[in-house]
Amino acid sequence: MAKIVVVTSGKGGVGKTTTSAAISTGLAQAGHRTAVVDFDVGLRNLDLIMGVERRVVYDFVNVINGDANLKQALIKDKRVEGLYVLPASQTRDKDALTTEGVEKVLNELAEEFDYIVCDSPAGIERGALMAAYFADEAIVVTNPEVSSVRDSDRILGILASKTRHAEQGKGSIPGRLLLTRYSPERVVKGEMLSVEDVQEILAVDLLGVIPESQAVLNASNAGTPVIMDENSDAGQAYQDAVARFLGEDREHRFLTVQKKGLFGRLFGS
Amino acid sequence: MNFFNYFRSQKKKSAQVAKERLQVIVARERVHRDGPDYLPRLQEEILNVIRKYVQVDEDAVSIQLERDGDCEVLELNVTLPEHRA
Repeated sequence: MAKIVVVTSGKGGVGKTTTSAAISTGLAQAGHRTAVVDFDVGLRNLDLIMGVERRVVYDFVNVINGDANLKQALIKDKRVEGLYVLPASQTRDKDALTTEGVEKVLNELAEEFDYIVCDSPAGIERGALMAAYFADEAIVVTNPEVSSVRDSDRILGILASKTRHAEQGKGSIPGRLLLTRYSPERVVKGEMLSVEDVQEILAVDLLGVIPESQAVLNASNAGTPVIMDENSDAGQAYQDAVARFLGEDREHRFLTVQKKGLFGRLFGS
Repeated sequence: MNFFNYFRSQKKKSAQVAKERLQVIVARERVHRDGPDYLPRLQEEILNVIRKYVQVDEDAVSIQLERDGDCEVLELNVTLPEHRA
């Protein structure tokens, strides 16, 4: 039975696509067959972050409309075994994602894969609602910043009421917080909400904390999911998050100010 | 705000301000989101009734609906203006 995971946030630019790419890659690295699906119709970007943009032939909407089958549209990742990308359509038709169409594609994916990671668009419009609707679990990506936290709370409300799970009377789907762009230096100075602050406000379990890191931009520049940069702080933090997602109990890292000397910088730590 | 207050208020860290603002707005939005549709109107009416007797601010009345198992508790808080001697 495949597990459908939505990566969502409400607010744009907080790291949903970076997270979707990293988490799906991590799940595949752990040996789970994983498909990552871009729900951002009209603003496709997961393909770029995954580095497969030049191999896109067919997309999600083509499959829904029957212009192509799923096998034709899925892009196989060349680096990690068992990882596939389903790109979003660049159509401007907002209603292209029908509930029936999305359900059909997800059902078909569920036959082949262990995990289906749905990369939600920003906002609370159709694409975002569709990405969440069939999910079994949610990862709520949040920056330690007021508008992001407020939007995440909004999204948690939607997860509690507007998913198939909720409509069947089974309540909210389990949602966990992934705090990204975290800067312990600024938290210490009292300039940034701490992970405890955000958790207290949102009252959800913590999946992980990803530190503000140059590795994220470097990874997106190169089209390599940041989790593959095993020496970077962000890459390691994502690896921890994937391990926790899979049920492992791992301590949170990168929550305090790292003082790295020259020696540490030269030889890593 | 006088000159000294200005410097005193600057002392509060911005993250603390952010947290307090978020706690207020998130709590308010949750009431509207999770509560029954009539809550905002109920709040409005209660406010109007209170205003017949005491002049209070718009945000002097807060309504919270809490669920505890099968039991629902409607909590009503009215902040009355300070007594003048």
